[in-house]
Amino acid sequence: MPDGDRYPLAHRLYPYARSADQDRDAGGPAHHPVIVVGGGPVGLALALDLGLRGTPTLVLDDAEGIGEGSRALCFSKRTLEIADRLGCGAPMVEKGVKWQVGKVFHDTDLLYEFDLLPEAGHKAPAFVNLPQPDAERFLVERIRTAISDGAPIEIRGRNRVTALETSQPARLQVETPDGPYALTADYVVACDGARSPVRKMLDLDFEGRVFEDNFLIADVRMKAEFPTERWFWFAPHFKSGDSALLHKQPDDVWRIDFQLGWDIDRKAELSEDRVRARVDAMLGEGVDYDLVWTSIYTFQCRRMRKFRHGPVLFAGDAAHQVSPFGARGANSGIQDADNLGWKLDLVVRGAAPDSLLDTYAEEREAAADENILASTRSTDFITPKSKASRMFRDATLALAARHPFARAMVNSGRLSMPSIYDSYLSMPDALPDGPPATRPGAPCPDAPLGDGFLLEKLGSKFTLLAIGCAAPETGLAVVACEPTPELTARYLGAAPSALYLIRPDQHVAARWPMADAATVAAAHSHACGATT
Amino acid sequence: MTRLILTPNLPDPDAAYARLLAAHEELDEAESAAFNARLVLILMNHLGDPELLDEALKAAKT
Ligand SMILES: Cc1cc2nc3c(=O)[nH]c(=O)nc-3n(C[C@H](O)[C@H](O)[C@H](O)COP(=O)(O)OP(=O)(O)OC[C@H]3O[C@@H](n4cnc5c(N)ncnc54)[C@H](O)[C@@H]3O)c2cc1C
Repeated sequence: MPDGDRYPLAHRLYPYARSADQDRDAGGPAHHPVIVVGGGPVGLALALDLGLRGTPTLVLDDAEGIGEGSRALCFSKRTLEIADRLGCGAPMVEKGVKWQVGKVFHDTDLLYEFDLLPEAGHKAPAFVNLPQPDAERFLVERIRTAISDGAPIEIRGRNRVTALETSQPARLQVETPDGPYALTADYVVACDGARSPVRKMLDLDFEGRVFEDNFLIADVRMKAEFPTERWFWFAPHFKSGDSALLHKQPDDVWRIDFQLGWDIDRKAELSEDRVRARVDAMLGEGVDYDLVWTSIYTFQCRRMRKFRHGPVLFAGDAAHQVSPFGARGANSGIQDADNLGWKLDLVVRGAAPDSLLDTYAEEREAAADENILASTRSTDFITPKSKASRMFRDATLALAARHPFARAMVNSGRLSMPSIYDSYLSMPDALPDGPPATRPGAPCPDAPLGDGFLLEKLGSKFTLLAIGCAAPETGLAVVACEPTPELTARYLGAAPSALYLIRPDQHVAARWPMADAATVAAAHSHACGATT
Repeated sequence: MTRLILTPNLPDPDAAYARLLAAHEELDEAESAAFNARLVLILMNHLGDPELLDEALKAAKT
């Protein structure tokens, strides 16, 4: 471990280097349009998106790279689609372990199994299991190529933000190995994680429920014949925890999770003997494995009341936290970045009013509520906290072995799905016969198109998708196509044709059976935050 | 507008009540509670309609 890092690094990617901004005696602090505090997955994705759009972005991170240990593992289809738009989806899918089947056990019995993506015709798989440090490394590598292609992104390692004033412009104090310096910025995005020092500097609330339970993670390396599926046990027969989870990672590593309960001695439970005793009971005698990483975590479901405070916007774990059931942490944080990138770019360029950023807060606060609701419900099922809730939980499990209706109630985590934005920006639906899943506000589902896929063609700009009709001349990018079975099912429904206005984050802004240039132009300016 | 039936609806209320008691015979307290929980879940699913469920929950509360 290099001196001075808070935690051991898995990858040292942005070593400290003195910047010219630190040598300004006269003339005041250097000014940047956008400063991102924190180079976790969310800050990196946001900086990449902004930089690719040409908006200069400075990332300040208090470490020099990526912390060890796996943390996030399951990256959802939507995250992979966003990564693909940003140009780093391919390595994530290539390195990641693809899975879509889950099995749920109670004691010794298989209760049921599920398949996450029964539908064909999507470029991205339902999920990949990829250790978080790898995902972050791919983002940094992509940022490096973007920089060499001219994207105005800079990452400064070992630059810790220690003070922030929400003046106009915002003023930041930064600590480095060479001492402190100051910066100013038009906008600051706090992506500084669950303990968010920025949130504390501004003395902001962070409310919600803390769950009284401990989970032990053991990442083990072994040659095993388990299939590539998510296996979850309630009250497992091997008694290593109140629940258990087994999941495959790349390079013969397996993620194992045990629910330990509340009153435990954390230090004792992390001793190698205790961890091995639990893993042995699960895997059976004589299975040879290495312990790669172990940790005990607790969790909370909470969020900030407002994600925007003047020039400071909060994203990722800094703004909201969920339990790990459902893999909604990093996945929802990446969606924050996806939502904010294009808006901040337009506002910084003067192409949209500052109030467009309020829609970031509105849309992602609602999404956080959805994620918190789903993850709280999963947690209440997995770790029942009252006699009555345990009784109904056990009754559901008992019935699930025999009756399909009860299987639908068994909740071992409802895996991350993108939110539909029912916000100011989404126009009233003018295609009533269209599928509800693609109504205004919805994320675009992928579909095969030509020799590739629809989402690749939609890109990162406002785009008109014209299916079976002509797109009016508006200056917007156009993807015109004839109906295919997938496009019909996903975008037309009973309508013979459809014209979709797609936002730069590939959510639907508006849709019509067909529309003239004036209608489209009005919808476009509405989706850019025009208030008239 | 109540759609949940709260007026007599069983052809033979005494017999139905007796069957419910019979089902609990020889169950200890914990087993009875677990049985009731399973029964509630089964009936709740049969009910189906979320509004009816709300009305039933309300009727049981007061
Ligand atoms: C056990 C576990 C399992 C998980 N599994 C999943 C999963 O399967 N799928 C999923 O989607 N999510 C999962 N998560 C959640 C996921 O890890 C987080 O949601 C994700 O890391 C949040 O990313 P972030 O960029 O918001 O914050 P972080 O990753 O916490 O990054 C914050 C960054 O800010 C920097 N920083 C902090 N303070 C300062 C400062 N003052 N100045 C400068 N820089 C600063 C830090 O060094 C860090 O680099 C899991 C979490 C845990 C604990």
